[in-house]
Amino acid sequence: MAGGVVEKSTSNTSTYAGLGVFMMLPAWAIIGFFLVLPVATMLIYSFLTKEFRGGVIWEFSLAAYDQFFFDRGLFGDDPARIEWTYILIFWRSIWQAGMATFFCLLVGFPTAWFIATRTGANKSVWLFLITIPYWVNLLIRTISMKFLIRDTGPLNEWLMASGLISDPIHIINTNFAVQLGLFYSYLPFMVLPIYASVERYNLAFSEAAADLYATQWTTLRLVILPAVKPGIIAGCILVFVPSMGAFLAPDLLGGAKNFMIGSLIEEQFKGNAGNWPFGAAVSMILLSMVLIVLTFYARQQGKEGAH
Amino acid sequence: MTDIAVDIIDLTKCYGDFVALKNVSLGIQDNEFFTLLGPSGCGKTTLLRTIAGFEDVSQGAIRLYGEDIAGLPPNKRPVNTVFQQYALFPHMNVTQNVMFGLLRLGQGDATARKRVTEVLELVQLTRFADRLPSQLSGGQQQRVALARALAPNPKVLLLDEPLSALDLKLRQAVRLELKQIQQDTGITFIFVTHDQEEALTMSDRIAVINDGQVQQVGTPREIYEAPQNKFVANFIGETNLIGVTVVDVSGGNATCTLPGGAQFTCPAAMGATAGPGHLSIRPERVAITAPETGVLQGVVARQVYLGTDMHIDITPTGGETITVRLQNSETTHIPGNGELVGLNFEAGSARLLVD
Ligand SMILES: Nc1ncnc2c1ncn2[C@@H]1O[C@H](COP(=O)(O)OP(=O)(O)OP(=O)(O)O)[C@@H](O)[C@H]1O
Ligand SMILES: [Mg+2]
Repeated sequence: MAGGVVEKSTSNTSTYAGLGVFMMLPAWAIIGFFLVLPVATMLIYSFLTKEFRGGVIWEFSLAAYDQFFFDRGLFGDDPARIEWTYILIFWRSIWQAGMATFFCLLVGFPTAWFIATRTGANKSVWLFLITIPYWVNLLIRTISMKFLIRDTGPLNEWLMASGLISDPIHIINTNFAVQLGLFYSYLPFMVLPIYASVERYNLAFSEAAADLYATQWTTLRLVILPAVKPGIIAGCILVFVPSMGAFLAPDLLGGAKNFMIGSLIEEQFKGNAGNWPFGAAVSMILLSMVLIVLTFYARQQGKEGAH
Repeated sequence: MTDIAVDIIDLTKCYGDFVALKNVSLGIQDNEFFTLLGPSGCGKTTLLRTIAGFEDVSQGAIRLYGEDIAGLPPNKRPVNTVFQQYALFPHMNVTQNVMFGLLRLGQGDATARKRVTEVLELVQLTRFADRLPSQLSGGQQQRVALARALAPNPKVLLLDEPLSALDLKLRQAVRLELKQIQQDTGITFIFVTHDQEEALTMSDRIAVINDGQVQQVGTPREIYEAPQNKFVANFIGETNLIGVTVVDVSGGNATCTLPGGAQFTCPAAMGATAGPGHLSIRPERVAITAPETGVLQGVVARQVYLGTDMHIDITPTGGETITVRLQNSETTHIPGNGELVGLNFEAGSARLLVD
């Protein structure tokens, strides 16, 4: 399959070689200006020396990476020990992003399935309804959520008024609040790609499975999931990656105890307390981790395609 | 137990206000190649899907070897389906597709594999065992679908226009193969088609369906030679419908007045009554004679050349055009346009229909 597609595009470029190059210019320009240039800047900055009022001194230094991984005591001459603070923040980010992905999948899959199996116009209406909240800026949505879930917010007031609880549930500034924020921010990124692949799924496959004595669970596991897997993986990546680097939800809903990488990076570039090379280094580490995951996934896909 | 494999009793199926099947009753024999034949939208697929369990019934019952299967979901019914678009699992190769049902029935890997080999041999696909459906031609996919449905050895196999996606040549070859497989396996086949030729060549019995109602059930010969009503006579093969006035029906025969006034007695379909009616007579059963010896007289309106045959359209006095089929040989006399001729047919060739 893949071979055939490649062949086809090669022959196209040879036929319309001049036009092809011309058509590719915008793509190259975008990749150059908005991807290569910023990432290269960050990479270079991560190897520079920090200026105390923010900014950098143009002098090569490994200090930023050193600070991330090692603890050399106050004066820098003790034997190096592993610095756990940042690794812990990293770990918390992975964990939070992983959980957010999991819950988005848990809710997003049935939602996508429901929408994709509606008839005609109903489908568009449901899709439209799903996207409406996302017309509001993420910052505003996150702040609104903060007000909704705080101890004196409507949620607690309502629960107390209804007699379900007598004291407010403390949600704000917990891991759970961050989780809620991430889940709500990125749910559509799970729903939409899964919707797209369920939409293409032929329900006759489910009937064929049932006809061949499969229970509904077996059908889901052996027939439906493999067919919509590309959508699920795309959705998981689209939720996991931005969740990893998120800073609005952890900042506004999680408070100081629930720091994530996004906030750590943000801090480094804010005001005078910042450390640009360190912020750049953390970004590069985050980026490498994401790239490793994506490469692993691409490899896996490649193997399956070749099979 | 009983010789009836599938007993459909007074089945009605509605989609909202729309009645897709109306009081359908059919008894399909064990070991039979039974065909549901009818025009597009008449309810064939709907009937098959109620047997498979994909649709619930609004009224009536379905019995499988005497057992009411109304409450059983599709995966509990010992019937398998060959779907119109095959519905092969795209991410599984041929072996995995065919093995799917066997594993769900709890067979071990070794037993299942052995059965897969057997079935693939039956449909001559052994060489393709490791291919994905997307790497097969339409005809090969159709056989995989057949193999997959045959593998669990169902009591009844449902086939929804399995040949419609194939080109004409392949379709004709596969017909005979399919019939052979049915005879070899002894499985009851319920076969859906809207192609009358397919139905006539393959079936033990045919149910002609129109508008969600069974029009007639019978062997191909009965359906073709003794159609019950106008719809069946028209749908199966070509026929001439001659408007007559029925004078009397008795003992399975009808006496009627032909256009032009001649009295004619011929077999009558069950339920035919006196009054205005229609005779059916096949074009190849009408003979052209001298004007004075025919039961009808008419003028030749047109000739159509068909290769081995000729169609001669003749307009009788006071009636609608009648088509006569003549063999295209040197000895046949082909009357010219405008010539007055007589038309004659045996009593046994004509049949009074229920309107
Ligand atoms: N889910 C449904 N909802 C409403 N009407 C339906 C539904 N399924 C089928 N019908 C209607 O029921 C009638 C019978 O449909 P069915 O699919 O059984 O036809 P068919 O005989 O198989 O035709 P074809 O030869 O074209 O496949 C059609 O008029 C169709 O529009
Ligand atoms: Mg159909």
